[in-house]
Amino acid sequence: MIRMMRVNRFEEAAKALFGKGMVHGTLHLCVGEEASVVGSTAALKEQDYILTTHRGHGESIGKGADMRAMMAEILGRASGTNGGIGGSMHVCDLAHGVIGSNGIVGAGTPTACGAALTIKLKKLQDRVSVSFFGDGAANSGGVLESMNLAGVWKLPIIFVCIDNYYAVSTPVAKASADPDLTKRAIPFGMKAFEADGNDVLAVYETMSEARKHVIRQGGPCLVVLHTYRISGHSRSDHNCYRTEQEMEAWRAKGPILRFGNWLEENGLFSRDEINEMGAAVDREIEDVVSWALKQPYPETDGLEDMVYV
Amino acid sequence: MMENEMITKTYREAIHDALEEEMGRDADVILMGEDIGVYGGGFGATAGLLQKYGRERVLDTPISETAFVGTAIGAAVTGMRPVVELMFSDFMSVCWDQIMNEAAKMHFMYAGTLKVPMVIRTAAGGGTGAAAQHSQSLEAMYCHVPGLKVVIPSTPYDAKGLLKSAIRDDNPVIFLEQKLLYNTKGQVPEEEYLIPLGKADIKRPGTDVTLITYGRMVQMCLNVAEWLALDGISAEVLDLRTLSPLDKEAINASVSRTGRAVVVHESVQFGGFGGEIVSTIMEGDAFRFLKNPVRRVGGRFCPIPCSPELEKSVFPTPERIEAAVREIL
Repeated sequence: MIRMMRVNRFEEAAKALFGKGMVHGTLHLCVGEEASVVGSTAALKEQDYILTTHRGHGESIGKGADMRAMMAEILGRASGTNGGIGGSMHVCDLAHGVIGSNGIVGAGTPTACGAALTIKLKKLQDRVSVSFFGDGAANSGGVLESMNLAGVWKLPIIFVCIDNYYAVSTPVAKASADPDLTKRAIPFGMKAFEADGNDVLAVYETMSEARKHVIRQGGPCLVVLHTYRISGHSRSDHNCYRTEQEMEAWRAKGPILRFGNWLEENGLFSRDEINEMGAAVDREIEDVVSWALKQPYPETDGLEDMVYV
Repeated sequence: MMENEMITKTYREAIHDALEEEMGRDADVILMGEDIGVYGGGFGATAGLLQKYGRERVLDTPISETAFVGTAIGAAVTGMRPVVELMFSDFMSVCWDQIMNEAAKMHFMYAGTLKVPMVIRTAAGGGTGAAAQHSQSLEAMYCHVPGLKVVIPSTPYDAKGLLKSAIRDDNPVIFLEQKLLYNTKGQVPEEEYLIPLGKADIKRPGTDVTLITYGRMVQMCLNVAEWLALDGISAEVLDLRTLSPLDKEAINASVSRTGRAVVVHESVQFGGFGGEIVSTIMEGDAFRFLKNPVRRVGGRFCPIPCSPELEKSVFPTPERIEAAVREIL
């Protein structure tokens, strides 16, 4: 619950900073998708590799990346995960297995296959590679080629499609000849898993199953998580492709609200305790923002010296 | 070096030997590409390596350049040293996003936290009648992208020494093998040697003019230099060997001595790498020694046609190179 709240508040804080003109560049936020990104990464182990998308803050936080350094990165500061070079779209944290987030839709998937190849060739135990991508990338050539390659070479990789309803403004049904994305597994001989991406427990269980399957079977699988992006696609989004009613209906089904109700109904936590969790995360994120804002900007000298090893 | 320490090898064998030696030296070196196993690669350079090193290290790929180049990148980032064979350099366009946006940028974009030690070997250049989509020389495109190293050997000796260095380099290297050179022969030492990337080589010393070139045009320039010598003209032939990083010092040192330069490359002259070479002279020490303007001899501005006379007409010829030299004497 706390992790989902972190992702949510982190994104809202980034959005607020953007609104004040303090973020140079763009932001792709994952508000509404907290259960998908947190539930899936919670099922992974420290040593697993992930490749995330341009909307990658959530998975990186879920995998354990330092939120202070991430916020500093978004603000272009020297203490950011990438020293201010990458910005929002390129957060990386190899120490936590986050090989990187990627600005080219679907382009991280082949890289994830490569990490899986290393795991296989070096016979690294209890380790998988995970490629996160969206419903939009499910139609890109590189993703489909990678699924085939992983199938042929029996690579230990989980392809996680976060189906968040819209690729920018284009809904799945208008972009995919068959909107059932789980069927992408069939031609490549993979098993497909599917879950309600707004149900954090279902996501966690499904992803745990998928991870077990990959390690036991020694080959890839596909996980499709159905969720809804409440955030706009990016800074330029005016939500002209959807109605306020539609968004409101999904807000009511939001993963944090939903899991909070479940915790309360099952007597695990009281409403007050859940509210206190939220307040504690608010304070944590306030600290993240104030720390990040104090960080210096990077020096402009020497960029050419950083191009090659 | 003593005569008996050298053996004659073809350019293809030199490449094969470099791969074989590096695979023997470092278990992290793996090969990936279309038909590189039983078939031995599009031009035979990987013949026998499957038998020697096995299926786990010589990986035949589907015809999915984006996937297997990207997979090589991911493997490189996580500890392997993949050497990818891209059957023809023209196919670079199919996986260019992976090369340009991923391999080249990762070390920089991720602030030095990771490295991408991989080589993309690919057959480049024309002269085989393979027409517009299998004959191009696109090195200017690769060199324009910071983060890639670009190597283009002209002899078996250089091919072996440079490929071994490329495999040991921690950066992505595009290694351009010249199709028409695969069967050419040359002397290669029996013992191990490396040639550093980024160092040009004077293939023939001279005093009156420098022919600056690379790849299969090196031999053509050497032939022209022979002709010119008959008339008492001393031409130096500078083989760049690596285009990125470029050995600017060698260019300026040579042209400072000779005072004249002709830049020769097979690729399309317009927007070609020759422009960078000329600028290196104009912006460098050599400019004040120039006795005449620098000339370029490059390919015609058209896709490469098939029919023999048509194809020949688009590339530099010895006659065109000689004429360019005589114009500036």
